[in-house]
Amino acid sequence: MSRNWKTICQLNDIPAQGARVLKRDDGDDIAIFRTIDDQVFALVDKCPHKGGPLSQGIVSGRTVTCPLHNWNIDLATGQACAPDEGCSGHIPVKLEAGAIFLALD
Amino acid sequence: MKKLKLVMVGNGMAGVRTLEELLKLTPELYDITVFGAEPYANYNRILLSPVLTGEQTLPEIMLNDVDWYAEHGITLHLGKEVVDIDRGRRIVRAADGTTAEYDRLLLATGSNPFILPVPGKELDGVVTFRDIHDVNTMIDAAANHQHAVVIGGGLLGLEAANGLAARGMKVTVVHLGEWLLDRQLDRTAAAMLQDTLQERGLTFLLQKQTAELVAGSSGRVASVRFKDGEEVPADLVVMAVGIRPNFSLAEQSGIYCDRGIVVNDFMQTFDPRVYAVGECVSHRGVSYGLVAPLFDMAKVVANHLANFGIARYVPAATSTKLKVTGVDLFSAGNFMGGDGHEEITLSDPVGGIYKKLIVKDDKLVGACLYGDTADGGWYFRLIREGHAIHEMREQLMLGEGAIGDVGHAGQNRAMGMSDDAEVCGCNGVCKGSIVKAIQEKGLFTVDEVKKHTKAASSCGSCTGLVEQILINCVGGAADVKPKSEKAICGCTELNHGQVRQAIREQHLTSLADTFTALNWRSMDGCSSCRPAINYYLISSWPGEAKDDPQSRFINERVHANIQKDGTYSVIPRMWGGVTNPSELRRIADVADKYDIPMVKVTGGQRIDLLGVKKEDLPKVWADLDMPSGHAYGKSLRTVKTCVGSEFCRFGTQDSTQMGIDLEHDLFGMWSPAKVKLAVSGCPRNCSEAGIKDVGIIGVDSGWELYIGGNGGIKTEVAEFLCKVKTHDEVMVYSGAFLQLYREEAFYLERTVHYLHRVGMEYIKQRVLADEVGRNELYARLKFALTFEQDPWAERTKGGVARHEFEALSIETVTA
Repeated sequence: MSRNWKTICQLNDIPAQGARVLKRDDGDDIAIFRTIDDQVFALVDKCPHKGGPLSQGIVSGRTVTCPLHNWNIDLATGQACAPDEGCSGHIPVKLEAGAIFLALD
Repeated sequence: MKKLKLVMVGNGMAGVRTLEELLKLTPELYDITVFGAEPYANYNRILLSPVLTGEQTLPEIMLNDVDWYAEHGITLHLGKEVVDIDRGRRIVRAADGTTAEYDRLLLATGSNPFILPVPGKELDGVVTFRDIHDVNTMIDAAANHQHAVVIGGGLLGLEAANGLAARGMKVTVVHLGEWLLDRQLDRTAAAMLQDTLQERGLTFLLQKQTAELVAGSSGRVASVRFKDGEEVPADLVVMAVGIRPNFSLAEQSGIYCDRGIVVNDFMQTFDPRVYAVGECVSHRGVSYGLVAPLFDMAKVVANHLANFGIARYVPAATSTKLKVTGVDLFSAGNFMGGDGHEEITLSDPVGGIYKKLIVKDDKLVGACLYGDTADGGWYFRLIREGHAIHEMREQLMLGEGAIGDVGHAGQNRAMGMSDDAEVCGCNGVCKGSIVKAIQEKGLFTVDEVKKHTKAASSCGSCTGLVEQILINCVGGAADVKPKSEKAICGCTELNHGQVRQAIREQHLTSLADTFTALNWRSMDGCSSCRPAINYYLISSWPGEAKDDPQSRFINERVHANIQKDGTYSVIPRMWGGVTNPSELRRIADVADKYDIPMVKVTGGQRIDLLGVKKEDLPKVWADLDMPSGHAYGKSLRTVKTCVGSEFCRFGTQDSTQMGIDLEHDLFGMWSPAKVKLAVSGCPRNCSEAGIKDVGIIGVDSGWELYIGGNGGIKTEVAEFLCKVKTHDEVMVYSGAFLQLYREEAFYLERTVHYLHRVGMEYIKQRVLADEVGRNELYARLKFALTFEQDPWAERTKGGVARHEFEALSIETVTA
């Protein structure tokens, strides 16, 4: 099945260890993260705890720390790190020739 | 690469903790095989007492069940006692013939209970109190028999006696010494404890030496006979007279032993491939039976097994707790005193409270508390931190009162709280939930309790209560180390002080260099250590270390305060709390223009615009045309002032102008935690300077300076530092203290906690006595501040980082 990949931005539009927000009219905001080693991940921009904007958190390794109550969320899966429980949906993302693509429905 | 083989002999708490630490450091280095003589996986031996009383069950005290071993790929041989180590061929062999080869061997064989060498010691009905088997034997005996005799009036003996009595037996405790717990208590406290336990139905025979255990007609033990000829009936005899390191296996295999397996500071035996950990070792001639030092050892062994090679075992003071429900007893450090030791005691036999503190060379070295152990954790920290106590000596006995003032209905004694009483008012966590988590998840540190229950994880005001609950549950195994000894986070073993020192001494100027130089475990740190190190870098090397915005909390990155709905609050600076019509008009216009839902007056004498959308922030700053109030930062917040001599009929000094001058002088100052100042114009102190980090009170003859006040979680009254005459002196002395704080406090440590840690004496020496040092401190502060400018103006003029304030949108392409 081929996915409907959409170009979102260039890798350089996001700082390493940082994130940007993709606003959508028809759905939740999406947070796109870039790690220190230039991997990219995308999550629904909502902490499973109290809906905090994950895009505003500190990115370290493969996790982001929610700015509201310090939950750590795994960037690849959207799962809260133990012992917290919950999941922010993750969105398929790929990086090709410096451009970031998301597979949005 | 082929994995190395690690074999562990012994499957108790110290050994398995070592494996846990090792797996954290290097999950892939070893194929691990574990031999355990008992048929159980790793359980919490400390909690055998509550199992005996029936307060807990065996499944509840399991720390690592067999699934845990499987999950980590560890081969587990339960019920197999290792009987031989062939060190030449590096093979261990169990009694049933099972063998395992090793590259590294870890001996964690624990200890054996000491058995009195008296006739009848092997009779049916004679047990020790060491493992699950013993507990089951005791529970069976309690169901079928009446009389129990416990030999040994130490911690373990009393816990056994209490448990058997709870199960309906008639229990006599026999003790050789003159009083109970003669290693923990003095005669007075022991008498109080004995009274309490007698009221519960226990009988005590002191100064009695056991001569023989006498068999009945069935062959089972029937009585205990003493040297003096007296005899008491006994269907069950529990020997709880101490433990001996179990080193027979090591000794047989030729490893050097001397009343324990002799290890060096790296927990290595005389055979370099063989390490030992736990109660079986003899380290510098000492063996340990408490959990806390065993866990410390576990870290050291794990560090060396992981080939890190940097940890050393250094014995630290330990604490113990009697785990008898309703009896509160805590001791720590050297609680017996001796030559050159001073004792401070409080004795209230009627009220059932006894406290003894041991002081040596102006330091607290030991504490023994009976009846009221609420301050046990505090005393324990004072002992470990070892700083001078003469200034607080008069208050020492009264305790710390460290628990926040609000949020738990004024409760400050965890013991007396019911299970449904709320401990954490931020997250609504009750005592019962905390106790349950500690027991079920096998928690030993306040940090673990925070993670699992959320208690004490927000404002932290109930940390002291949580600590008490932890101590009540797991006793001396509770890890209540002072922050100065704790690792910053899971990324390193180093504590805040060590990292700061390394940054200064090795001239580290970037996060990446710091992580490399200090062997950080993670690729790029975590949300705990990055902000701390970023602060240490910029405060140690102003102008040289580059601030890393990605290592700052969002508030400091966008210079506004994030709110629960993701909007921000904006607080412009009003110097000394003074504003004017033009500023107020601009604020009103901004509130209208950007549709700001709330405008609120803050506690720091300024105006807060709440509910600002992130993308509006730069425009709001530009339109306000006022400097940032830094209300979002670990930085100088406000200088609150009263009206002072310009208008007030009581004012003796121009406090308003002094406040404005201080605020300008310190503008842009980053600090370990937020810093608030206040200036009052007379001792009526309308600006509440007594609860500020630096409080200044004008009097007719000059200015009084107070430091370390706090009006938040726990109201702390600022302490008098000095009195000065001139305006300039106020600037220099305040600035010098703040610079000292900036250079030495740990990240997130408020001035009050820094002050308590280093002591007022030290601050006075640095800021008052040493004139050159004072001026240098102030000069360093001024130098650091030359690099700071108003972040709002900077961004209004120079533009903002686009990625922070502009959202992305979708542009569709086919791929």
